[in-house]
Amino acid sequence: MQSDPKPVLHATGISKFFPGVIALDDVELQLYPGEVHALLGENGAGKSTLIKCLTGAYPRDAGVIMLDGAEINPKDPLSSQAAGIGTVYQEVNLLSNLSVAENLFLGRQPRRFGMIDQRRMLRDSKDILAQYGLSIDPAQLLSSYSIAIQQIVAIARAVELSGKVLILDEPTASLDREEVELMFSVIRRLTARGLAVVFITHFLDQVLAICDRATILRNGCVVGTRKLAEVTQTEIVTLMLGRQLEAATHHHERRETGDVLLSLRGFGKRGAIEPFDLDIHTGEVVGMAGLLGSGRTETCNAIFGAQPADQGEARLRGSPLRISTPREAIRNRIALCPEDRKTEGIVGDLSVRENIILSLQARQGWYRPLPRAKIEEIAQSYVKALDIRLANLDTPIRLLSGGNQQKALLARWLATEPQLLILDEPTRGIDVGAHAEIIALIERLRTQGMALLVASSEMEELVAYSTKIVVLRDRRQVGALTGDDISPNAIIRAIAAEEEPRA
Amino acid sequence: MIRSTLRRVTPQLIILALILALNMVMFPGFFHVEVHNGRLFGNLIDVLNRGAPVALLSVGMTLVIATRGIDLSVGAVMAISGAVAASVITGGASWIVAVLAALGAGALCGLWNGVLVAVLRIQPIVATLVLMVAGRGIAQLLTEGAILTFNDPGLVRLGGGTILSLPTPIWIWIGVAALVGLVVRRSALGLLIEATGINERSARLAGINARVLLIAVYLVAGLCAALAGVVVAADIRGADANNAGLWMELDAILAVVIGGTSLLGGRFSITASLLGALIIQSVNSAILMSGMAVEFNLVIKAVIIITILVIQSPRVRHWIYLLRASSGPGPMPRQPASRTPKIEEGRP
Repeated sequence: MQSDPKPVLHATGISKFFPGVIALDDVELQLYPGEVHALLGENGAGKSTLIKCLTGAYPRDAGVIMLDGAEINPKDPLSSQAAGIGTVYQEVNLLSNLSVAENLFLGRQPRRFGMIDQRRMLRDSKDILAQYGLSIDPAQLLSSYSIAIQQIVAIARAVELSGKVLILDEPTASLDREEVELMFSVIRRLTARGLAVVFITHFLDQVLAICDRATILRNGCVVGTRKLAEVTQTEIVTLMLGRQLEAATHHHERRETGDVLLSLRGFGKRGAIEPFDLDIHTGEVVGMAGLLGSGRTETCNAIFGAQPADQGEARLRGSPLRISTPREAIRNRIALCPEDRKTEGIVGDLSVRENIILSLQARQGWYRPLPRAKIEEIAQSYVKALDIRLANLDTPIRLLSGGNQQKALLARWLATEPQLLILDEPTRGIDVGAHAEIIALIERLRTQGMALLVASSEMEELVAYSTKIVVLRDRRQVGALTGDDISPNAIIRAIAAEEEPRA
Repeated sequence: MIRSTLRRVTPQLIILALILALNMVMFPGFFHVEVHNGRLFGNLIDVLNRGAPVALLSVGMTLVIATRGIDLSVGAVMAISGAVAASVITGGASWIVAVLAALGAGALCGLWNGVLVAVLRIQPIVATLVLMVAGRGIAQLLTEGAILTFNDPGLVRLGGGTILSLPTPIWIWIGVAALVGLVVRRSALGLLIEATGINERSARLAGINARVLLIAVYLVAGLCAALAGVVVAADIRGADANNAGLWMELDAILAVVIGGTSLLGGRFSITASLLGALIIQSVNSAILMSGMAVEFNLVIKAVIIITILVIQSPRVRHWIYLLRASSGPGPMPRQPASRTPKIEEGRP
């Protein structure tokens, strides 16, 4: 596919400055028709910024974008789409309250006598979706389909509207294995039609499975462009990090855990999570495994009081506990780092310093402000301890990369000195380096005697740090693994065991 | 702290200075201040004095807007509190009782708005529209449709009297602003309000009691409006339910916007909003003094406001930023040094 010497898209000298930060410095990107091109780099390396500059979501401060040999100057995502660059983001950017067909044809519905020609729209939608190997009813609401199907509808719409370059920004982040395969088959169909696809993801195995070439960014600069057939995974990681990554695997000694900290009996919330029993000890990491939608987040929220439980009882160190708001949980030194960092975690415009002390201050009450020196001390010490990389503590947290935002949120909760720390997908969407650091942190907190409840969809990760794993399926606890029984295969068996009687 | 506030309000200070300078060019006597019977007179004093109602409203409005809300009812609340004060005082009570009753009415109005917004989760613009429409009717019921006049010297002094030769309304708005500003910034209230305004969901999950906070800011807005209503009523020695505070909520919102607090909530500055109120008042008096038809007032105000907003827009700011960056030394500007070293620089 590199036989075609003319790139479909050639961006050179792309630069973008934010106050105090060079987000992109003289970046070059070449895309050939029919290739899948991976864009790799740690969080904060500049991948998203580059995409936003290419699509015109951000005005770039320097650089030239050539599409099919002609210079384009997209002012906004619409104009880049019209020029031929389509983008699909991790969060589906469609209207879930409209039908699949309406989503596909929104803004360009086929008309008949000035009215929308519903029948033709449905027929055309069926044809389009068939090209992607989907046979679904386009008259149904988009929201009635899974995220994977919605993603493919988004891709179909983007390709229909643009048709030269397709940018996929973490399209597989919330998909399970089968759905990823489905997505890959769609991508292969598209490259066979001569489209150039940019693929952004944190999953290196997916990159090796689907991509032809990769451009690797670090600190806003291109550190290399490689044909993936010619490099090893280690080489890519070394390029991304600029250093050798120590093997993240470690054998876990299943140590004795302490007293029962939190004991739940028949605990649940109607419509969210079926009643379950769970004991969490001090010095223990309880892992929560299960597919997406299996009730992991609901369990976390029920314990923290974000979606308070309506049945069963909870005991904290033996005494009854009723939690109906996050404030009550925090008062009992329970903390929750939520799954959705952007909407439930960070307060974007506040500085990193303010974000770190926010919960501690909220617990103290508004009339007892933390002294400046104390704030500075807390913020500095966590920035150092967690290696949060930033220009300055005054930086608004939204300007930080995903991994650093996550660390700042961990700092916010650690500052409240919790006895139970609930982490919901603590490593989602963050880069390899920060990933390893957060796993090491979980281990460190456990040995210090904290109790942790960690929900994650990465089984290897759960196996690495959990002393006990509960497995959820369809909003129900379906199994528990302890000690030497813990292994990825055992988790998969526990999830699958529930499926057999249904088949 | 003072340094960072100064940096924050620099644009507003420059605009105010420009308008005042323009006034002086047009009316050479603009800055002339003289003492008559122990009272300061002059155009500058007049701006400070006449600006009192909007300045008072803008204090409460700043907090409300910082939580991503808005309070359209403050003008009507002014009418209510004026009517309450007037009817209590004509009933024979002392002026202190009248003021307290007016403040109580304002607090009640604020509480009503706060409950609609924070508990029933009605959008602030709709929730406060209710009282904006109904409030003036309530005020008219209280005054029975007439202008309720009074002559109690204690109450009149709040609008027309002087303390240390400065008109009382000036003391009132400066005092209230200083009090609210101190409470908000010396406690953690400011931070919690900003966090709630930027991302209420995150703020709640971080343990902030957003519900109580929201009720509190509408309560403060109600109290500020009540005080403004008393000042206006005392000034004209009567409660005019039809006209007291009419459209003044818009001036208050404008003052906050000129002050650079985003209507999307978050970072706020009471000082900047007060400067915004003074900017509006300076424009008003300039137009009045020039003898132009009052109708011009609105058009000229609009032009000035558009200019200010354009200067403050993110895109123009980024241009200015790039312009500075390209003329400065080196290819990339450094992040402005943190506050601490700056203060140290200034010490020797």
